Amino acid sequence: MYGGGYIYDEPNKRPLAEQLAEDPDKLAAFEARIAKGEKIEPGDWMPSEYRRQLIRLIEQHAHSEIIGALPEGTWITRAPGFKRKLALIAKVQDEIGHGQLLYNAAETLGKSREAMINDLLSGKSKYSNVFNYPAETWADVAVIGFLIDAAAIVNQVANAKGSYGPYCRALERICYEESFHLKQGHDAFIELATGTPAQKTMVQEALNRWWQPIMHFFGPPDKTSSHSEKLMQWKVKMASNDDMRNQFLDMYVPKIWELGLSLPDPLLRKNEAGKWEYTDPDWDEFFRVINGEGPCNEERLRVRKWAEENGRWVRKALMQPSDKKSFPVA
Amino acid sequence: MSNDSLDPRVNRLKLGVAGEAIRVEEGENWNIYEVFHQEKRGAHHEHVGCVHAPNQELALIFAKEQFARRKKCVNLWVVKSADILAFDVEDEDMFANNADKNYRDASGFKVMEKINKYKQSKK
Repeated sequence: MYGGGYIYDEPNKRPLAEQLAEDPDKLAAFEARIAKGEKIEPGDWMPSEYRRQLIRLIEQHAHSEIIGALPEGTWITRAPGFKRKLALIAKVQDEIGHGQLLYNAAETLGKSREAMINDLLSGKSKYSNVFNYPAETWADVAVIGFLIDAAAIVNQVANAKGSYGPYCRALERICYEESFHLKQGHDAFIELATGTPAQKTMVQEALNRWWQPIMHFFGPPDKTSSHSEKLMQWKVKMASNDDMRNQFLDMYVPKIWELGLSLPDPLLRKNEAGKWEYTDPDWDEFFRVINGEGPCNEERLRVRKWAEENGRWVRKALMQPSDKKSFPVA
Repeated sequence: MSNDSLDPRVNRLKLGVAGEAIRVEEGENWNIYEVFHQEKRGAHHEHVGCVHAPNQELALIFAKEQFARRKKCVNLWVVKSADILAFDVEDEDMFANNADKNYRDASGFKVMEKINKYKQSKK
């Protein structure tokens, strides 16, 4: 459950008019279907820009599930107690399953899973920026399981109402499993927050470490983001970054404060209009980390590459070279 | 030798250099199989998604892991995506119901009207 609001796009120099140069009749019919709330399915006509944006979105969501399993997987061997260990194993397995569901949804748009994995390994395709930070203690795992999953649910519940059928169906299944992730994360979080002074300190420190990445999670403020109008009309993007961030704060800040914990932002408060005010997180840091300078970027990709290289002999031994590759039908 | 990670398992690996790209070859992730899920005996199998697998047997095992982890399931089918034959989406209009063919529907037969007419004539 790790799709963030921010989806990296490579610099696109083509003028907007050219990007949207499509058969006007087909485009109008396509947009009318979306406006009516119909789903677009794999064989349907779609503008090339719609296809490109969806591949980008779903592929990066898939990578985020796979890479997101790494910081949590780190703690499986050291989880405090048997029940926590079992729950964490189950959660990590779910995340990998979500990655596969999402790769399949992206494949219906015509990009093979191999091509997506290659783009991840070469750094061309990104994943959710939060996973470029380490899980230093068990409390970090609790914070990820509670708050990062919660933030992702806000995003994914919105996206599940989008226009592309296969992505919506994958997200429905994913959201169902995420409710367990959130609950087990919340449970681990509460256990620490209501525990011994050492446990409270541990979870408070983890919260302080993760607050900025969490504020980054939904992406840059609306005032700086470009080209989202068309994506909203096409129901690729279902809510603005600031709206999702606000919804997240509204749902979860009270759940943090009620446990006697604090958040490292003196300006954080809900104003009379019901909107949350906060210190703008450091967006320069956000872009630095996305572009490879975070504490864990290198480790994440090196581990992924190790897995690809060392699992290759198994995949190859099982390959049936006479088989012709196809794409999913729905 | 250390990779300087917080994860002791990662530190035990011999990781490659970050900058060096490796290429996963086309086909290395095998074929795609469509998965059909049966919720209870006697119910129809319903399409739920797909898995990558090198053969039918493994497709079934992966399908179990992927689609039968939680909710109720009594059986699964898998079939290679390439083996599915379907109509083109553009041909959807051929399924449009023809209003002239009401002889195919129960509503195309006005039984009560005839009975009532007969009863009237007998009065």
